[in-house]
Amino acid sequence: MTAVALAWRRAPVSLVAGVVILAALAVCALAPGLIAPYDPLAFDYGALLQPPSAPHPFGTDQFGRDILSRTIAAATVDLQIAIFATLGPLVIGAIVGLLVGYYGGLADAVFGRLVDLVVTFPFLVLVIAIVAVLGPGLSNMYIAIGVVGWVFYARLMRAEVMVLRGQDYVSAAKVLGYPERRILLRHILPNAARPILVYWMTDMALAILLGSSLGYLGLGAQPPTAEWGVLIADGKNFFSQAWWITVFPGAAIVLCGMGFSLFGDGLADLMDVRR
Amino acid sequence: MKDGALLQVENLTKAFPLGRSLADALRGRPQRALQALGGVSLSVNRGETLGVVGESGCGKSTLARCLVRLYEPDCGAVRFEGKDVLGLTGEARRSYHRRVQMVFQDPYASLNPRLSVGDALAEALTVHRIVEPSATRDRVGALLDLVHLPRDAADRYPHEFSGGQRQRVGIARALAVEPSVIIADEPVSALDVSVQAQVVNLFLELQDRLGLSLVFITHDLRLVRHVSHRLAVMYLGKVVETGDTEAVFTAPRHPYTRALIAAVPQVDPHQRSTREAVRGELPSPIAPPPGCPFHPRCPIAEPRCRTEVPALDRRHGGWPVACHLAGAPST
Repeated sequence: MTAVALAWRRAPVSLVAGVVILAALAVCALAPGLIAPYDPLAFDYGALLQPPSAPHPFGTDQFGRDILSRTIAAATVDLQIAIFATLGPLVIGAIVGLLVGYYGGLADAVFGRLVDLVVTFPFLVLVIAIVAVLGPGLSNMYIAIGVVGWVFYARLMRAEVMVLRGQDYVSAAKVLGYPERRILLRHILPNAARPILVYWMTDMALAILLGSSLGYLGLGAQPPTAEWGVLIADGKNFFSQAWWITVFPGAAIVLCGMGFSLFGDGLADLMDVRR
Repeated sequence: MKDGALLQVENLTKAFPLGRSLADALRGRPQRALQALGGVSLSVNRGETLGVVGESGCGKSTLARCLVRLYEPDCGAVRFEGKDVLGLTGEARRSYHRRVQMVFQDPYASLNPRLSVGDALAEALTVHRIVEPSATRDRVGALLDLVHLPRDAADRYPHEFSGGQRQRVGIARALAVEPSVIIADEPVSALDVSVQAQVVNLFLELQDRLGLSLVFITHDLRLVRHVSHRLAVMYLGKVVETGDTEAVFTAPRHPYTRALIAAVPQVDPHQRSTREAVRGELPSPIAPPPGCPFHPRCPIAEPRCRTEVPALDRRHGGWPVACHLAGAPST
């Protein structure tokens, strides 16, 4: 208990803010039914395109669906995108970067060319191309982002590991005759993890934007599923009369991105051992 | 090279290849290399301290790293208790690592910042199964006692310690595997002068208590005189003189050793010398001079010094020296 209290007091402000925002979004994502005042998919022809008001704080869309409820319900899909689209690249990138950075040699040369190949194409264009081949939908979108995204994690990890492998404490571990697996996992990985974890947080925010972009293009989540990008796309035709359909899901994306960024910043501070 | 030496180095060479430009490659020029060690031979006896001195860039650290197999030498042999260690792999290599440990120069870089002192020491004990798992904590405490750190240091992290304390942790970590030899690569040159003496005396005390052999690498001649029984003076990747420390200091036979000793600052102003000790800079180890490597800076060089490489041997009796002009020892 005291340990938790102490950790909380030492935690950077940005970490606390990030945790609060993400926790609120997580509650929305896990139990949208408890918070949302209406069914996000229910039509109400008596209340079409209503501006924000007491019964509908975020207004309603062209079918009378409550925007607040739809924005809350969309958190489920969007947080899922944030996690599923980035977890694979994180793990694969970390492993590849660790091995390539430590051993170098031919594997490193091959990896370098692979990075060049991927970086040559604009990220979004490559993902759109892959989704177009595999077919629209969330799971194909995860695959598409994963195929391209791990390269960025691996590159980051490789650079960090290449610096660390020359450190004296790694030399000391070698002189002490420690097995390579132990050197990699206990002496290099924990010290190389900070940049990649911070990037992961930013990448989750980017994944939501990407998911929303693909949703907007009709390649990600399919209507009538509530997803922030889809909601914005829905609202674009009514933007001059009903700005609230677009603005509130947009604000949710901004808030979520901020939550991840703040959490990432705080995490970076917390992981700095020389603080 | 006495028989029964614990650690013996014979004719060790190590070159680091340098990048070759495409133009050079097309012209068929050979790849250039930095010759860090050009045939080093020395030996360390049981319970003895061998001081290795020389200017920066003379190959001292490369030698240290070859001894603990952080670098693989190109040629030559390293023998431990008479057995060659350069070919060892797997279990045999691990047991060599248990016997020959290293203390690093920079105590701020040689400790993993994410491991508490206790965890770092316990790791060495566990990997080599030095003690039963249940006795690990006691042994960690005993190691901290040995280097005069409080036992509660075990729960703290490297960044909470000063440089001198960190170096003690580094020494404790090396001692954890119960080695016979410790290679200390400039172990105090990164520390404040006031702390240097404490750490140096700790080495001497540990050697006394544990019967350790030490290879003490430094550029500080006063320090080497204080700690070492025998001395090896290195110049441009070679040993130029090696012998009993007091004898060498009293009557150095190699002009380089004489110059180094003359360059030691004197505290007594009446003994201060304004004479330039060594002329010029250390030549590039990429293109070492022909003949005796010291001849461009030597005050007594003769024509044959420019062509003929002097071997390290006992000319006219006394201890080994690599100089054509060394006379009989004057003492």
